[in-house]
Amino acid sequence: MNFEFRAIYWREMLKFFRFKSVLFSSLIQPVMWLAFFGLAMSDSFDQLTSLIPNVSGAPVVDYLSYMGAGIIAMDVLFSSLFGGTTLMFDKKFSLLRETLASPVPRFHIILGIGLSAVTKAFIQTFIIIGFGKFIGMDFFKGYTLAETITAVMGIMILVATFTLGFLFLSGSIAITIENPEGMQSILTLLSMPLFFVSNALYPIDSFPPFLKFLSMFNPLTLLADGIRYFALGTNFSVMGNHYIYTTANISFYFLGLIFFALSMLSIAMWRFNKVNI
Amino acid sequence: MTGNVIEVNNLEHSYGSIKAVDNISFTVKHGEIFSFLGPNGAGKSTVINILTTLKKIQKGEARVNGYDVAKESKSVRKSIGIVFQMLCLDHEMTVSENLEYHGKIYSMSKKERKKRIEELLKLIDLESKRDTLAKELSGGMKRRLELARGLMTKPAVLFLDEPTVGFDIQTRMRMWEYLREIKREGTTIFLTTHYMEEADQLSDRISIIDHGKIIVTGSADELKNKLGKDLIYLETSNNKAAAEILRSLQSVKSVTEDTKSLRVLIGEDVTHVLPQIMEKIRGEGIDITTVNIKKPSMDDVFVHYTGHGLREGDENEKQQGMEVEGVSK
Repeated sequence: MNFEFRAIYWREMLKFFRFKSVLFSSLIQPVMWLAFFGLAMSDSFDQLTSLIPNVSGAPVVDYLSYMGAGIIAMDVLFSSLFGGTTLMFDKKFSLLRETLASPVPRFHIILGIGLSAVTKAFIQTFIIIGFGKFIGMDFFKGYTLAETITAVMGIMILVATFTLGFLFLSGSIAITIENPEGMQSILTLLSMPLFFVSNALYPIDSFPPFLKFLSMFNPLTLLADGIRYFALGTNFSVMGNHYIYTTANISFYFLGLIFFALSMLSIAMWRFNKVNI
Repeated sequence: MTGNVIEVNNLEHSYGSIKAVDNISFTVKHGEIFSFLGPNGAGKSTVINILTTLKKIQKGEARVNGYDVAKESKSVRKSIGIVFQMLCLDHEMTVSENLEYHGKIYSMSKKERKKRIEELLKLIDLESKRDTLAKELSGGMKRRLELARGLMTKPAVLFLDEPTVGFDIQTRMRMWEYLREIKREGTTIFLTTHYMEEADQLSDRISIIDHGKIIVTGSADELKNKLGKDLIYLETSNNKAAAEILRSLQSVKSVTEDTKSLRVLIGEDVTHVLPQIMEKIRGEGIDITTVNIKKPSMDDVFVHYTGHGLREGDENEKQQGMEVEGVSK
């Protein structure tokens, strides 16, 4: 058995905790989203939608809780999408040479960096859930301890799969592209449609049919809905929209994310095997 | 272990239509320091990259530590250490963390890593810097840390690509001391350089390489002795005529006309030959303005075999540097 990916993981985590500014901003960013954007938006949304009668009879969930799932998805999206940048700098300053010249299989390099990104994503997820509960987010409302643990586990698996997918994608771009400016602009270009054509922050029920169709396959939608399934339950109403999640739905989210992660892995392997030093 | 650590047969490598390595064969014996001496662009780095499996072999055969470079790249990689031409340390990690990382990617056990790091810090005199970030080290210290990193796994052979390029002479001489120490501990060293004195001072054997070909191989003394016993530099009122006269003498091995002076290689003891030479030239009515006698150096060896000095290489280097600057702007 080979465990070389642990060395890569070790180095990534060592540097994550060493760069205090990166550490601090990645921990504070989700809190800022929730505290400023979340509270402000949820107040105005709840005011606007309080007049809509709840026809379904399903338990009503406030916008903050609905959006909380989306904030997790979005925060994890940005950190994993930009997470590959480290590879570009490693290549630029020829730090990657040492590793690429060693007997470590290239898959282990990608895996090690991927797992470090998953760890960082878990930390951010827990911060959002913890701080969210503190400011009144209705996650795991009425759950027993066992149900809460199962729900948290479910969320972690979804977050991990999603993070790996986007890290593989960003790693492939980083290893291909030469300059930071190019990397930055590609990532910004990618994050725009991902972010807006999804139901991370608002329901997609009233989207134009074409966008609605696209958003169904957006990994960000899959993750946000998956988190809602585990955190808010299978039957609730928010802003007048009635949500029912079936087992088929959650299976689709899981399989969709796994498919996404595997496709990105194969692209990453292809790009990595082409790297010359 | 005895015998050859590196065996190369009929190696060829081309970039497009340009042949960078042209039918090279050589061996490196266990425990020796072997140097490739040549200007930039001679093909030295290409050979190192092929032997360290960073470049795919195109034609020919190469074995490192008994493993086939083409088929057993993983075994080759496990048995070598590399110090790259460009510095590549992680500046945000400490001295010991850089070594620790290297040990980890080569699957060394925790106990092995700990022991080896202690040994190496002692070897390169960086014990007091173990917890210093690499970015805070001086250039020479960084290079030494890279040396230690290359030795972390106790490799059968250590590859060094231009190990002292850009360093001042004191730092360079200190590096040589460390390399000799490493050799004493039994590690075989393969290095490329375009510094004459580096090849001369350090190597057991030297291959002079130019335009992708090995011109000559031997120890520094062998190469110098092949040139003859002594070397005379002469400046005369008519260099051309003087050269003609000298070439007709039996004791003279070769005459080269430089811009101002004549370089005369003598096969016998110069103290007896010089008076004859001077008499003969004066006899033809040519004035001798300067006489300079010296033992052949590596520079002379290089000029003799390649027909040009290493200066050309330096110019290339400068040009490359300028190009790089141009790109980054």
